[in-house]
Amino acid sequence: MTKTDAYFIRSSDQVPQRSLFKRYPVPHNFGVSPGSRIERGRTWRAPANATRTKAFEVYRYDPDGGKNPRLDTFEVDLDACGPMVLNALIWIKNNVDPTLTFRRSCREGICGSCAMNMDGTNWLACTRYIDETDTPAKIYPLANMKIIKDLVPDLTHVLAQYEMIEPWLQTKTPTPGRERLQAPEDRDKLDGYYECILCFCCTSGCPSHWWNGDRFLGPAALLQAWRWLIDSRDEATGERLDGLEDPFRLYRCHTILNCTRTCPKGLNPGKAIAEIKKMIVDRRS
Amino acid sequence: MERHRIQTPLGRAVGLGSAKSGFEHWWMERITAVALLPLGVWFAGSLIAQSGSDYRTFVAWLGAPVNTVLMVLLLITLFWHAALGFQVVIEDYVHSDAKIWALLAARFICFAAAGIGILATLGVAVEIWTAS
Repeated sequence: MTKTDAYFIRSSDQVPQRSLFKRYPVPHNFGVSPGSRIERGRTWRAPANATRTKAFEVYRYDPDGGKNPRLDTFEVDLDACGPMVLNALIWIKNNVDPTLTFRRSCREGICGSCAMNMDGTNWLACTRYIDETDTPAKIYPLANMKIIKDLVPDLTHVLAQYEMIEPWLQTKTPTPGRERLQAPEDRDKLDGYYECILCFCCTSGCPSHWWNGDRFLGPAALLQAWRWLIDSRDEATGERLDGLEDPFRLYRCHTILNCTRTCPKGLNPGKAIAEIKKMIVDRRS
Repeated sequence: MERHRIQTPLGRAVGLGSAKSGFEHWWMERITAVALLPLGVWFAGSLIAQSGSDYRTFVAWLGAPVNTVLMVLLLITLFWHAALGFQVVIEDYVHSDAKIWALLAARFICFAAAGIGILATLGVAVEIWTAS
């Protein structure tokens, strides 16, 4: 890897290594409403017998407490837990603070539950090595989502946007008595799109979705929209394009490509959105 | 857009529905951007070539039909592209009632600037033509 590769992601399966700024150069809590400002929480020391430890700063928010969010520091015994950030979080929950709340299920990057923001980058906690994180590692929930508790974001709206693009096969031809046939070449066109696990790392990282998330569909939903637009078995392509062609729903994407940079499955939502725009060109000119 | 306080998630996401437009705006942004490439190179190259000229030589250059037409095209393309771009920026970041006024102001400024530039260019061209 050359020096510039640390800054420029040349392939979407390359893990983001670092960014020019660790965070945007604005003061902490800039423009944040008083009730949302993050305060310094408590520090949990590592067990006395631990030899190899690492500090994790974890975002905590308790909706019942009526208090501001806080940043707790946990010193994790690395010899006692597995290699991934999710292992560290489970170690904390089992050994230090059982009230730490986060979603997790498969621990192998296929369920999308443990998507969170680690050192400023959205990724799955189960596929991010502890070795790759800063010291202390900063663990926040997905950005730009309402927080239910600690690291659990409210995905209601982004899932509703996913529902909006009608992610199911639509046909007018009567249902055949056998499976719907698809040429191998047409099936290949779905590669790179069908693998999406709906972790919403991309939508949470998209500045256009931060400012206009109420109307802009976001990269996750648009990648899925493209997956159904190019499915040769689908017969609703025109209706799908009608629903997408909108100054905000589709064209609010300004090709910022945070989505491609952050996708933990190595997919390219930015390319999918560009392909949708090209498909609309094809039907108009 | 906060239309109803109690609304299903899908209802909120659908909002006012698809505008079924937006292609023209996006496509014209690309067309003007592509057109600005040769026009911009021509303009920058010409300025460098004319950098040693006095006023009379420069005005004579601008009054040549090819240069007049290219300059008018550049002004149209440049400010059309700017108007489209400003519209996007305003729609991105302005979420108050000021949005509609900001959109109107951006359009007015771009169209006025283009108009002034075109009129000035044509004025020079007419002067050169009548003088010769």
